[in-house]
Amino acid sequence: MSLYALQKLLYELNRDPRVQHEFITDREAVLARFRLSEEEADAIRKDDIGMLYILGVNGQILMHFAAWRGLAWDEYIEAMKDALAKHGQVRGGIYAAVNGGGGGAV
Amino acid sequence: MSLVFAGIMSHGPGMRARADRADPAVRDPFFATLDRLRERLEEARPDAIMVVAAEHFANFFMNNMPAYCIGMAEDYEGPIEDPEWLRIPRRTIPGNPDLSRRIVGKVMERVDVAYAEEWKFDHGIMVPLSFLTPDFDLPVIPANINCQGPPLTPLSRAYEFGRAVREACDSVPERVALIGTGGISHWPATPNSGKINVKWDREFLRRWTSNDRAALTSYTDAETLRDAGQGGFEIRTLVAVAGACEGSSGEVWFCEPIPIFATSGFAAVMNLEQESAAKAA
Repeated sequence: MSLYALQKLLYELNRDPRVQHEFITDREAVLARFRLSEEEADAIRKDDIGMLYILGVNGQILMHFAAWRGLAWDEYIEAMKDALAKHGQVRGGIYAAVNGGGGGAV
Repeated sequence: MSLVFAGIMSHGPGMRARADRADPAVRDPFFATLDRLRERLEEARPDAIMVVAAEHFANFFMNNMPAYCIGMAEDYEGPIEDPEWLRIPRRTIPGNPDLSRRIVGKVMERVDVAYAEEWKFDHGIMVPLSFLTPDFDLPVIPANINCQGPPLTPLSRAYEFGRAVREACDSVPERVALIGTGGISHWPATPNSGKINVKWDREFLRRWTSNDRAALTSYTDAETLRDAGQGGFEIRTLVAVAGACEGSSGEVWFCEPIPIFATSGFAAVMNLEQESAAKAA
């Protein structure tokens, strides 16, 4: 589990336009700088917001990333709900779902 | 001079990003209340506004996470988020490094605060400013309390931080306004976003307005997580404002759940004149 590195990648991406540019032109080069598990790297490669949520990425970091990747609000919430149904509870961090991820303002 | 205004309000990005989706029956009176808060702030004629916020990984990360940090920059840029998503245009907001430096120095007598000469504002500061200083022309002194990456500073220390901020504000000739921003109960950025514990919010604000230090600082993080979600950790910013106004009581101007904003929309102020009246008596 390298949640720290995964979150650091997203943190740097969220705040630095140069990293954003590199992410768009050469995503593998960005990935190469962080020691991620295959599962984590794959979730980044596929813009898999739901999986990143399950892996424990802090919701505030993930919300910004999802917006930058073009997910509308409802798509972002749905991505987390779908991943929760498919993979089960969040594996780390403080953003675990409660009540099975029910409710929400969609 | 001293502290000339002290209040708290919510800062959910949805207040701008998804304002059009909120129920107008609740949203409109909430926004009208924020107008009133802006008017109260303007009447206080502040030279600067200190925003005690709970930032969300715009500047600080777990490689070097300060429990408390105060900005000391010439100016600040925000929002860090996609401006089209947040619906607040990106801009530069003035700081006051000289005033910041004096405040940081004074706060350090009581609290080992970090300082930062670079700071990008995220929604936690941009959303409140967009309501309170819509021209973004009042110099800002940002302050951050880590509410995201545990271990988190204890609530009793957040109250002490507020007391130190007050002492610092009272030690400078400038007129300083203080606004604390954060959610009360909320589960933001989770599938449960929109869940709100209204009862918990009202009880927290009751403790805040009576400035009941013991009650305000008695929540354990486990209780907060259970009853108010991980977003509830942000009460530290509100507790700090209470600490800055020890001896005063406050008024809740608005508190109603607005699920699409992911929190209750709320606004409350401390009545600072009570303290000066008590001192004069």
